[in-house]
Amino acid sequence: MTSQQVLSRTGRRLDDLRAQGRAALVGYLPVGFPDVDGSIAAATAMVEAGVDVVELGVPYSDPVMDGLVIQGAVEHALAGGVRVRDTFRAVEAVAATGAPVLVMTYWNPVVRHGVDAFARDLAAAGGAGLITPDLIPDEAGEWIAASDTHGLDRVFLVAPSSTPQRLGLTARASRGFVYAASTMGVTGTRATVGADAARLVRDTRAAGAEHVCVGLGVSTGEQAAEVAAYADGVIVGSAFVRALAEAEDLEAGLDALRRVVGELAAGVRSVTR
Amino acid sequence: MTQQSAEQPTTLAGDRQGPPEPELGPVATLAGSGPYFGDFGGRFVPEALIEALDELDTEYAKAKADPTFGEELAHLHRTYTGRPSIVTEVPRFAEHCGGVRVLLKREDLNHTGSHKINNVLGQALLTRRLGKRRVIAETGAGQHGVATATAAALFDLECVIYMGEEDTRRQALNVARMRLLGAEVVPVTTGSRTLKDAINEALRDWVTNVRTTNYVFGTVGGPHPFPAMVRDLQRIIGVEARAQVLELTGRLPDAVTACVGGGSNAIGIFHAFLDDPSVRLLGLEAGGDGVDTGRHAATITGGAPGVLHGARSFLLQDEDGQTVESHSISAGLDYPGVGPEHAWLASIGRAEYRPVTDAEAMEAFRLLCRTEGIIPAIESAHALAGTMRLGREMAENGQGDGIILVNLSGRGDKDVETAARYFDLLDEGAQ
Repeated sequence: MTSQQVLSRTGRRLDDLRAQGRAALVGYLPVGFPDVDGSIAAATAMVEAGVDVVELGVPYSDPVMDGLVIQGAVEHALAGGVRVRDTFRAVEAVAATGAPVLVMTYWNPVVRHGVDAFARDLAAAGGAGLITPDLIPDEAGEWIAASDTHGLDRVFLVAPSSTPQRLGLTARASRGFVYAASTMGVTGTRATVGADAARLVRDTRAAGAEHVCVGLGVSTGEQAAEVAAYADGVIVGSAFVRALAEAEDLEAGLDALRRVVGELAAGVRSVTR
Repeated sequence: MTQQSAEQPTTLAGDRQGPPEPELGPVATLAGSGPYFGDFGGRFVPEALIEALDELDTEYAKAKADPTFGEELAHLHRTYTGRPSIVTEVPRFAEHCGGVRVLLKREDLNHTGSHKINNVLGQALLTRRLGKRRVIAETGAGQHGVATATAAALFDLECVIYMGEEDTRRQALNVARMRLLGAEVVPVTTGSRTLKDAINEALRDWVTNVRTTNYVFGTVGGPHPFPAMVRDLQRIIGVEARAQVLELTGRLPDAVTACVGGGSNAIGIFHAFLDDPSVRLLGLEAGGDGVDTGRHAATITGGAPGVLHGARSFLLQDEDGQTVESHSISAGLDYPGVGPEHAWLASIGRAEYRPVTDAEAMEAFRLLCRTEGIIPAIESAHALAGTMRLGREMAENGQGDGIILVNLSGRGDKDVETAARYFDLLDEGAQ
């Protein structure tokens, strides 16, 4: 059991923010959208505009947990020739901002790279850990060992359908935070964040999780404030990707992105905990 | 029921159990969550689906132990599917197979035209037991979609079929068949717009609607319990055929052949023979333009281990682990993955897997039409082509009196247009 011996970079950031009396804004963008340098610029802009923890997505051919906005961006990135190794370059560049940088990836690119080799390369690039949407702790023996060896966070997901037993299992397996999916469904912006989310955060804490962040569906400052009132972090993806995707060019996209991040960051900061 | 590790099977056909369910202990001791086939299988899916998979697993275990379930399914097969399907000896075709005896297991004569109905009737019964009113399914060629739409009509279930936009064009008549049966057909316009993307979209629907919806998975792939459950429901093919061949010939066949896409018809006929060591099991994969051209769907021959659609198995992928598009003249075999039990049978050498090119399959297709008056599905024609090659090899090795049992998994009505174009059979005005 080395879980406690590894100091969680993401967990420490969430603790610092908690000491400041607020939740974190966690921002997702896929590597390679609109291109690799553009995604590095966008993630950096995101941090400058108020994102506390960065999630960089590895583009994958079969993203079953993603809705149309992220699917579209990822298809564009793959068509542009983005490679898994570009992830490590992007991580290194964005980690220079000082924000913890997590990589969100479907499992097969990690299997193909080699689980331990992926962990080694991610750690060498200064990455904080992995978020794994299609890997449950039950199947994660190799990753749990590799993340201990290389001192990385491992963020597993819980869903409104998770049983108390599975919440406990996932809370124990996770390091950094537990990712609570606010509703049953895939990524994308929604008019409301499910009422399930607050209950899920409460139950996941009761099951032993130190930090719980909420994702899926958050796109406005108002929703961010609502979630920040009960969660350790608010995860936003599609709303940021859309800001980039709908812009004429990268410069306009970065401006739009800064505006949306600013609105979400203000929402998160409007709630004192 | 015997429990044993996959490494030291006493019977290959026995239900294999993976490591036990994870205890709520330290994470370092976490083991796999579902039955594995050696290193293959498992449940690589979002957490949101785990409760539904557990529920399905539990309900299926209860159904298996409940004689009523078996009786209901057997009654449906007798009075609706048309089981048992017959075995036909094909001597004129066999002349092209080195002179060995060739027997066809006629799954093409089932209601809806293929083996797919065996699986969906069982899953429809399970859907009713789960108290769910909506089913979803993916389809490539349309055979599984048609079978699911059929079962949904019979059981009065709401039915949504996901089909790659590319395939809705290739198989327009099957789209119409599904709609006639009352199903909603959703063309999938993401990714490569084929079967793998239809599965992605069905999984997204399931993640969203899992509380009301059962996913009727079409093959022996996907997360546990699908590979074992679909295999159990298809196993009737081999159970019947083994008895039929024994009765007809007085002995076991020397080889059993079947086409392999996801692999449900192949596992269905192989499974009853796993513990007959004298019986060779040969799966024929879609070789497309040839495995060396890169344009193929021969997953075991030309792929590598990885994770796709919920299971660890072989898949066609690039060096980054991105799924590579498959190619085959047969829409039903045009899939870059394969069921984990096949990956396991290949890895321990119990079954062999060989590629058959489009051209070889179409030659066998034409030959069966001309010599026996049977139009096979192009999928099944891959098994026939592999049988021709295997028969000749057997004859060369002094086994000219051998017997090969072929799973004729489907009929070719749906492929008439493709074949007509391939063989240039249409008059000018008709084109």
